Amino acid sequence: MSPASISFRSPAADRTLYRALALCAGLVAAILALILVYLTVASASLLVADAEAGGGLWQTQWSPSAGVFGLLAMLVGSAAVSVLALLIAVPPGLVLAIWGRFFAPPGIGALYRGTMGLLASIPSVVYGFWGLVVLVPWLNRWAPPGASLLAGALILALMILPILVLQADLALEEARRRHLAGAMALGASVSGTVRRVLLPAAAPHLVPAVLLQLGRALGETMAVLMVAGNVVQLPDSLAAPIRTLTANIALEMAYASGAHQTALFASGWLLLMLVTVLMLVARHLAARVARGARDAT
Amino acid sequence: MRPDQTDRAADADRLHGRWMGIVALATLLVPALLVGELLVEGLPALSLGFLFDAPADAGRAGGIGSVLVSTLWVLAVCLGVALPLGLGCALFLVEQVRADSRLGRGLQLVLDILGGVPSIVFGLFGNRFFAVELGLGFSILSGGLTLACMVLPLFIRAAEQALRQCPLGYRRAAVALAVSRWGFVRRILLPVAGRGIALGIVLSSGRALAETAVLLFTAGYVTRWPESWLDSGRTLAVHIYDLAMNVSGGSTNAAATALVLLALAIGIQGLAAMLGRLSTGASQ
Amino acid sequence: MLRARQGRFLLLTLVVTLFVAACSRDASQRLVVTGSSTIAPLATVLAERFEARHPGVKIDVQAGGSARGIADVRQGLATLGMVSRALKPEEGDLAADTIAHDGITMIVHRNTPVTSLTREQIVAIYTGQLRNWNEVGGPDAAITVVNKAEGRSTLELFLSHFKLSAPAIRADVVIGDNQQGIKTVAGNPQAIGYVSIGTAEYEASRGGPIRLLPLDGIEPSTATVSAGRFPLSRPLNLVHRGELGGIARDFVDFARSTEVHDLVTGQYFVPLAGR
Repeated sequence: MSPASISFRSPAADRTLYRALALCAGLVAAILALILVYLTVASASLLVADAEAGGGLWQTQWSPSAGVFGLLAMLVGSAAVSVLALLIAVPPGLVLAIWGRFFAPPGIGALYRGTMGLLASIPSVVYGFWGLVVLVPWLNRWAPPGASLLAGALILALMILPILVLQADLALEEARRRHLAGAMALGASVSGTVRRVLLPAAAPHLVPAVLLQLGRALGETMAVLMVAGNVVQLPDSLAAPIRTLTANIALEMAYASGAHQTALFASGWLLLMLVTVLMLVARHLAARVARGARDAT
Repeated sequence: MRPDQTDRAADADRLHGRWMGIVALATLLVPALLVGELLVEGLPALSLGFLFDAPADAGRAGGIGSVLVSTLWVLAVCLGVALPLGLGCALFLVEQVRADSRLGRGLQLVLDILGGVPSIVFGLFGNRFFAVELGLGFSILSGGLTLACMVLPLFIRAAEQALRQCPLGYRRAAVALAVSRWGFVRRILLPVAGRGIALGIVLSSGRALAETAVLLFTAGYVTRWPESWLDSGRTLAVHIYDLAMNVSGGSTNAAATALVLLALAIGIQGLAAMLGRLSTGASQ
Repeated sequence: MLRARQGRFLLLTLVVTLFVAACSRDASQRLVVTGSSTIAPLATVLAERFEARHPGVKIDVQAGGSARGIADVRQGLATLGMVSRALKPEEGDLAADTIAHDGITMIVHRNTPVTSLTREQIVAIYTGQLRNWNEVGGPDAAITVVNKAEGRSTLELFLSHFKLSAPAIRADVVIGDNQQGIKTVAGNPQAIGYVSIGTAEYEASRGGPIRLLPLDGIEPSTATVSAGRFPLSRPLNLVHRGELGGIARDFVDFARSTEVHDLVTGQYFVPLAGR
């Protein structure tokens, strides 16, 4: 039973309320539409011409001065660094959210969450700078040149961890209110309840949250630019330097014109499409999990 | 709810609690190192003068007073636009739309995608739309509006979750008492969701404060004291970027500025926590 | 009644005049300067001093790259563009006023025993033919080649001096701004890169672990650039379209005068030789 299906008696005030709220929602949707339209228009010429260009946007070489605009290597770079960052950040993130809510003394748990909120406010420049002067030289000792896929993934993981913890916490808190009392009344341990009841119950909210962070990782620019090496190539190992689509835009947009600029907009468009697909998948998965959980109870 | 009922359950919990605590500590190690370095490098440069003077010598001398003011203005514009719009949208999702309807799912999808747009794309969009199309130029207004677009998904998600926490019983009681929907929203729903909404504000401002690329293309680079919304002004994050990446010898002041930014974030958190407590108090 | 109507008319005229006057005064008092992020810090301090001497004037300096400076001036979005190189032939519609000089030097980590490299060696390193330090008298370690991202004036100058083309370079790390280059080389004992001389001098003098390499036998320093002896130098230009008037002209003259030599050297650039 959703809140919306409980009907109030509707005086005029509620009708205006409805209109005002609908306007808000409409504006938000309009913003997205605007961005989509703008990006598509700006990259249209290359996207369309691509069919004839033969190779065009879908090759691995990127040499603007030679008129070669291949996005493939950078697409792989973006995907690789983001997925790796998520693999590194999600397990600790979940553990931290669970620990902070269920096992830590309440004061410490609140302090921990406050710290996470703070860490989320640190600009990406600071993370990137630290990565540049501390992480990369350290990695360089084990695997030159240091600035690499791994460095990028580590810094990204560091950056998405705080919000991941906070959002996981929100999801778990809601699940806790609904299920913990009942489970413990049946004699289950907290850890068992968390594992078997709360996590599955929170999953429909956790999965989109995780994917939102994947989207955020894909979109991160500054920090990756400073530590990932920025060489346009397909990575053959974790220690290989890579360039992401976002770092590419940041590095070259100010200096680009004509076809070069269109290619950069096209890479932005590509990112947007990637994220859209990701979110569609996330929604689909979340719906499936929610249906499964509902059927099980 | 503390784990101290049955023995076996309690033992398992103690074990899990222990290793999770270790993970928690270990995970904090790296950020602690980072903040530690910031403190070591930046603390000596902090002073009252630093907070109130404008930057001089390309930021290596003087302070960050004007930058601080610009940042607060940008944040004000961002939150001033995103909060009402976001709250309205969240209320729309909770109150007017059934979760499994096409409209509901569509809107959720829109929010997810908006939340996934890379920040640099927002920078380009903000520059082309707000600065050029709407003629706002490099200004605090351009920056704030673009940031508002960016934080909307984050805030709406947090607000929506907070709103959904309100027990259905309250709602049914309101209907039974012939309260209008607007009255219910204003007097019961919002206060109850207060804490969650406050958290949303914190997340949004954190995200807004941390943004660099977007603001470089919209609010600009100028270090002067802003006199109007249409003035260009750099934010703390942009200042840190410039000092760290562009100006020789700027790293000390960059670290000091980062510390000020952290302090600002703490302040916002504290404020939001207070607001949250006030509103939950009001609902009781 | 007649007096009231006259009064209102007078008031209206007054308001309109003031409004028009305020608008036009505003227009001539604001100067927009966009372009190279290398020049931006210098332009900012120049603007600060100029504003202090001319109250009511506002000079907005925006970074965004040399190409952005040129584009903005052409579109009329900015009056002056900051360009950290000489103008190309196809940019003949613009005029350039040089306000300082800068050089580009090769840098390596201080621990590297190599103290100089020939032109051929540098070309070989950057095209990937020379891969190990032991081939040029250093330890047995792979060379980490640091290159600048495309489109930057620094890269273009480097390429034209060594007669290379961008796709021919085989780099291990690509950097954006000067400081990123400095920090990369400073953190990597096997790295070689190139940055602005002033920046490198500053870092080395502060104890940063980098060493500047001489080019064609000439020591890299702001002194040799100033004397015109250093082979890889570039002018830092303020470009504009057509004739400059009013504050813009004053500002450019101010930027080229001897009064601001301290500001130029303060940013580790080379001031114009006496004016």
